[in-house]
Amino acid sequence: MLHIEDLQVELGEKVILKHIDLDIKIGETHALFGPNGSGKTSLLMTIMGYPQYKVVRGKIFFKDVDITELPINERAQLGIGMSYQRPPTIDGLKTRQIVQICGKDKVDVEALAGRVNFLDFMERDVNAGFSGGEIKRSELLQLMAQDADLMLFDEPESGVDIENIALVGETIAGLLQRNGEQYEQKIKTKMQRKIERTKMGLIITHTGYILDYVAADKGQVLFDGMLSCVSNPVEILKCIGKTGYEECVRCIV
Amino acid sequence: MHSIDELKERAEKASGKKALIGPDINLDEFEKAPVPHKYLADEDLCALPEEEEQELIMAGMDITQKERGGTYFQKDTTVVHCGTKQEGVEVIPIRRALEEHEWIRDYYWKLVKVDTDKYTAAAELDLHDGYVIRALPGSKSVYPVQACLYLEKEGLQQTVHNIIIAEEDSELHIITGCATSPHLKKGAHVGISEFFVKKNAKLSFTMIHNWAEDMVVRPRSVARVEAGGLFLNNYICMKPVKSLQMYPVTHLAGEDAVARFYSIIVGSPGSEYDIGGRIFLKKPGTRAEIVTRTISNGGDIIARGHLIGEVAGIKAHLECKGLILNGGIMRAIPELEGYVDGVEMSHEAAVGKIAQEEISYLMSRGLDEDDRGFLNVDIPGLPEQLKAEIDRAIEASDKDMM
Ligand SMILES: Nc1ncnc2c1ncn2[C@@H]1O[C@H](COP(=O)(O)OP(=O)(O)O)[C@@H](O)[C@H]1O
Ligand SMILES: [Mg+2]
Repeated sequence: MLHIEDLQVELGEKVILKHIDLDIKIGETHALFGPNGSGKTSLLMTIMGYPQYKVVRGKIFFKDVDITELPINERAQLGIGMSYQRPPTIDGLKTRQIVQICGKDKVDVEALAGRVNFLDFMERDVNAGFSGGEIKRSELLQLMAQDADLMLFDEPESGVDIENIALVGETIAGLLQRNGEQYEQKIKTKMQRKIERTKMGLIITHTGYILDYVAADKGQVLFDGMLSCVSNPVEILKCIGKTGYEECVRCIV
Repeated sequence: MHSIDELKERAEKASGKKALIGPDINLDEFEKAPVPHKYLADEDLCALPEEEEQELIMAGMDITQKERGGTYFQKDTTVVHCGTKQEGVEVIPIRRALEEHEWIRDYYWKLVKVDTDKYTAAAELDLHDGYVIRALPGSKSVYPVQACLYLEKEGLQQTVHNIIIAEEDSELHIITGCATSPHLKKGAHVGISEFFVKKNAKLSFTMIHNWAEDMVVRPRSVARVEAGGLFLNNYICMKPVKSLQMYPVTHLAGEDAVARFYSIIVGSPGSEYDIGGRIFLKKPGTRAEIVTRTISNGGDIIARGHLIGEVAGIKAHLECKGLILNGGIMRAIPELEGYVDGVEMSHEAAVGKIAQEEISYLMSRGLDEDDRGFLNVDIPGLPEQLKAEIDRAIEASDKDMM
């Protein structure tokens, strides 16, 4: 599980995250809401281990290991993966190659690519000229190959067209072991389903569309660098829709 | 005798001639006098000092010789080991060959012109030694022959001339390493290589360079491939060098002859590499491929490639992918020349700067910061054993860089 304790993070000279406490238990998925600039991406990047996000206080534990000081690749090797909102382009590296890197040469790259309709893009350089939706599919493909235990999704539905939203939603549900057919048939009760599940997720979403495909267990609101409430994600979304973030945070607190 | 005198004469005339490309080297700065070393028997090879052994391993040498068809080992100017363990393969020091075998004159300076530049001239005028490796007609080697040119004496110019002959229908694999003693700083290496791949023969030649920071290196090589022949030329350089310039040339002189050059170059700060490959496709059905992968790593790399299609019905591809990592400069200079209709020639060059953001991104996919795994080119047509050898050399050199 992921356990974050009193985390304070600076970027440059600026404090961007304050007193963050967060627990994601094994099998749980949380949705993360918050207005632009509230620090959502920063929180994900800090969990992933980007060194420019300086942890000045607090600790991050994953699988009972204190990862606060671990380099990015060691966190990845421990089972943390991320789907970026705006990943960089990498010239000279083919999409096929990065998927192989993610899968440590042990995955069937073609089969995975087929599942997100990405076979035609495998020979192109990573993210080179990809449209918004193509970037998301490429990110999900890499996560599929990586088989991480904790997956961080930064606005996975932004820039994705109506036709592809279902594909993206269902793929994320699959990654988080939440796709209906696979699990519902075998396991009857909600309780049992939870026990079987091992994958953890943290999904940043503005629109909440993704919640139609992935029923998150909890919702969190990040406001001005602070996690301000924990509640049912659908309730939070309703509240934000009605009164806006500021009011919503106040009312729940 | 006449032609021997003539070679000397032409060499003398060219001894001040600058090369067409690459920084000019003042060879007068280096010593050329012979440096004697004790001959090493098989068991002496296995008992070399640990640090020397490490340098040799990184240059692809197997000092136990267990999986080698033969060994040529030259230290500074002296041959310290030479022998073959495989029927059908000859390994002879070139000085001895020039004294004892009339046939060597049919090959010596027949492809590389002695008056090309001051470096070829030096190889005629100050020749120390070098190897002749020959696979007899129809012989098929299982294990590669290894050749190692080692520099130990500070300030020496090592001058060698190598001749490689794959007779008709033979199959020959060579792994050749150049290395320096861990204490050596300054030195020069001038090496001439002439390759003869005869009808339906197959030659793979894998060269691993493992130089020192203040070394200047000027190899000069030309290959001729006859009908149905295959020449695989692989080059790996992951260590610093002050200046290295080479532009090996291959002539595909017979129908259906094939040449493939694969190079992996990882630069180092302060090092300059100017590395090319030129292949002439002279007969129908010939095929050529030049593939280069480079990472600047703070060094200055020029990767040249030149394919010349002289007749119809040929196929050639040139590919250079370079990454700029940790600074440095990377230049790719690809050239294609087609003289007739019906040539199929293509090239692909890409130079990229890899930013910290990209490195972090790759790390979040599990890659080590200095992992050069994605540089791997899969070199086709090599026996498994040799492939493993190359991987090992890359790995050893990778570790050493940490
Ligand atoms: N490279 C940067 N340099 C300086 N400030 C930045 C940088 N990136 C983000 N910020 C600032 O950090 C805060 C949090 O940003 P971010 O985590 O991207 O928010 P969100 O993802 O919630 O929109 C914002 O005020 C933003 O302007
Ligand atoms: Mg963001």
